[in-house]
Order: sequence, then structure tokens, then C-alpha cells
Amino acid sequence: MADHTHYYNGPDLGRFGEIATGAPALAEKFFAWYGAVFEEGALTAREKSLIALAVAHAVQCPYCIDAYSNDALQKGSNLDEMTEAVHVAAAIRGGASLVHGVQMLTHVEQAGM
Amino acid sequence: MTATKLSRILPTLRKAGDALAGAPAQVALLDALPLSRSFEDALAASSLFPLRPVRLDILQVNVGRKCNQTCRHCHVDAGPDRTETMPRDVIEAVLRFLERERIPTFDITGGAPELHPDFREIVTRAADTGAHVMHRCNLTAILLPNYRDIPALLATNKVEIVASLPYFQARETDTQRGSGVFEESIESLKWLNALGYGTGGELTLNLVSNPVGTFLPGDQQALEKHWKRELQRRYGVTFDQLYTITNMPISRFLDFLEHAGRTIEYMTKLANAYNPTAAAGVMCRNTLSVGYDGMLYDCDFNQMLELALEASAPQTIFDAGRASLEQRSIVVGPHCYGCTAGAGSSCGGATA
Repeated sequence: MADHTHYYNGPDLGRFGEIATGAPALAEKFFAWYGAVFEEGALTAREKSLIALAVAHAVQCPYCIDAYSNDALQKGSNLDEMTEAVHVAAAIRGGASLVHGVQMLTHVEQAGM
Repeated sequence: MTATKLSRILPTLRKAGDALAGAPAQVALLDALPLSRSFEDALAASSLFPLRPVRLDILQVNVGRKCNQTCRHCHVDAGPDRTETMPRDVIEAVLRFLERERIPTFDITGGAPELHPDFREIVTRAADTGAHVMHRCNLTAILLPNYRDIPALLATNKVEIVASLPYFQARETDTQRGSGVFEESIESLKWLNALGYGTGGELTLNLVSNPVGTFLPGDQQALEKHWKRELQRRYGVTFDQLYTITNMPISRFLDFLEHAGRTIEYMTKLANAYNPTAAAGVMCRNTLSVGYDGMLYDCDFNQMLELALEASAPQTIFDAGRASLEQRSIVVGPHCYGCTAGAGSSCGGATA
């Protein structure tokens, strides 16, 4: 049974496929596309897994962090690479805030003498 | 070459008097796990039950349980305090069987096989029969003072080396195999490369990687490319193939799972990842395993769980014959999910 006592419930990750209940055709398209995205290509599956791990931290998705921490290890990554990937996400998030400071600076310049 | 350092040695389960030191306790624990279906039922659903041998291609001989390491995932519970060693009469029977039945591949395992006092003779005589000889090497025993002649002996006899290296850096490798093991392993790999092993010639050097944790191995081909690039870039080391092997829920890895409270989680992961193609290719279908005492088993894992061949089959190497062995049913249990999960797992890596 579903657990309604938590907004984020670990076992819900294993139920992801149930999202097809309401719109099976859309889910089928999504999961097929999702699977294709993570296949070996110009980027290796390991590199894609590290990108996914970084994005998971940027969008703060606990399900994705669970999934891609395990997936990155299984794909042959290690704690060093995974930590650096998280730092990339954090740097972009931090940088995204800070670069807005230029907008603030423009306002200050325009309001001043 | 630097002098070998004493790697951190943990006590074996046997020495520590651990509750899981004995095979019956491990079998009872595994049999009691509430898995969604038995391994026999999984095989039956794939039309593979009872599991039968295909043909006998590999004679895998466990010459003893002594080892200079105590790896945390070891299914043998091998270590310096183990004294089980294959005696002369069993060695003679093994070599007679190898020659008489013309088994194509002779796979020597342990423990650290080098530590057997007759290892050199076993290798030489096995190679003289014309069999392809494989040595499962932990990469540190050959650095010990009395064993430094071994690599040259292996090269002379064109023995394939299958060397354990779970990862291409120290943290992961030493976590699994003991502190200092990685550094020594790289020293040995460079030495083996210098002898011509793993450099594209006729001397084969394959690496084995077990996951350092409770996850399944990744795609073997992708990992091999990654390992080759990193070992070359970081250390100038080359090798031929990478074999990925799933950690088996036996002995020290089972003990680790129990202490971490993760046995059912891991076994469920293995059972859920059951792959019929991997099941069809399991190594017990073309391998016969011989214990140090001459007892016969379907694989080295059954050997450590003391699951003998089925009663109607020959029980020892002294009365073994290819025809009767190929008629047997293979003895299976929940641990067999370790060989059928995902891309499969065997002493030669993935099977699917």
C-alpha cells in the first residue's frame, strides 16, 4: 500500500512504472525515450550517469539521488568522481544566484548618481 | 622492485570463531530467507530445472585455503591461519584425471595457490598434458620473498593469469582486499607486463573485478574500456580482458551482509535480477570443482557450502569419470542467484 505519511517515500521509486496508470501511452513514450537517453552514445553510459547524478542534486530529487548514486557506482564511477559531479551542480546553482547580482548591480548603478 | 609490505590482515571467520564460519550455518541462513521464489522455481520457469551439465570443459582445482590476504568478500574464508592443503595423492589423481579425460582447461584456485608447496610442479605437469592452464592470482603472494620465481614459471608454461583487482585506485581496492594491497598489485601488474603478460602477445593477463559493495557489476565491456584507459593513464599498466564477478552471499561476504543488516536486501536484488540467459550459461554446466581433499563439487561456491555432487554421481576425484559426471543434475540453492543476476557471473566473468 502507498504510504501517505511522507511526501518523499523511498519505496515509491520502485513504483515509478505505476505512473502509466493514468496515461499509459505517454508513459510508454517517456520510458522508451528515457532508456534511449541513457544508452552508450557519444557519451558513455557512465558519463551520463554522472550527469544525471549532478542534475539530481541540482533539482534536489531524492529519488534520482538514490537511483544515480547506485547507478554511478555500478557503471564504474567512484566517490571522487561522484563528489566532483555534485560540486559541479552546486557551483552552477551558486553561480546562478551570484550572476543575478549583476542585475542587482545594474539597479544600484541606475538608482545612484 | 620495492620490498613487499605487510598488508592489513583481518582474522578469518574460522579464527574468530564466527557463527558463520561453518558451511551448515550459512546454508541454513540462506535457505531461511523469504525470497519471492526459490532458485529451483526460477530455473523451472526458464525450462532449466533440473540443471544439467553441457560438457566438461574446465577442471577447477582448489589447492588449499591458505592466503596472505583476508579479503572482505572472500567466499573461501581464506587467510594465513588456514591450513587445508591438497595432499600428494589428490594431486596425482587430479593430474591423472586431467590427462585421461583430456579436459581442455585446468583452472587453479585457492586461497593463494602459489602458497601450496607443490604449486610449481602442479603447474608444470598440468601444462605438460596440453591443457590450457589458468592461475587465479591475488597479485601480492608473488611479491613474497619465496615466491618471486613464480611469474617466470607461469610465463614459461604459458599459463593464463586471472588476477583480482576490484578497482583502479587504492581506496576501493584496499577497502575490499586490505590496506596496501592496491600498491602491491600495481607493482605486480607492472612486473607481469614487463614479462610480456597482458601486452598483446601470447601471455594472457585478465583482471577480475568484484563490486566493492552490494551493487551488481556494471556492463563488462564498458567497464573493461574504462579500466584499460585508467590503468594505462595512471600507471602504464595493460591487460587483456576484464571479468566482472558478482559478490556471492557466502562466507565473509555473507558475514558482512549479516553485520550490516543487508542480507535480505542483497538477496532480493539478486533474485529480482534473475536472467534466464545468464542461467543457461552458468559455469557449473561446463566446470567440475575439486576440493583440497579430492571431493567433487559443481562449483567453488558449492564447495565452500559443502554441497557435494548429487548422491548418484562420483563423489571424489579418485572415482571420477567424464561420462557419469555429465549425467548428473547440478545441486543448486539460493546462493546461485549470484551467478544468474543481471549479465550473469562466472569465473570467466559475465555470461549473458
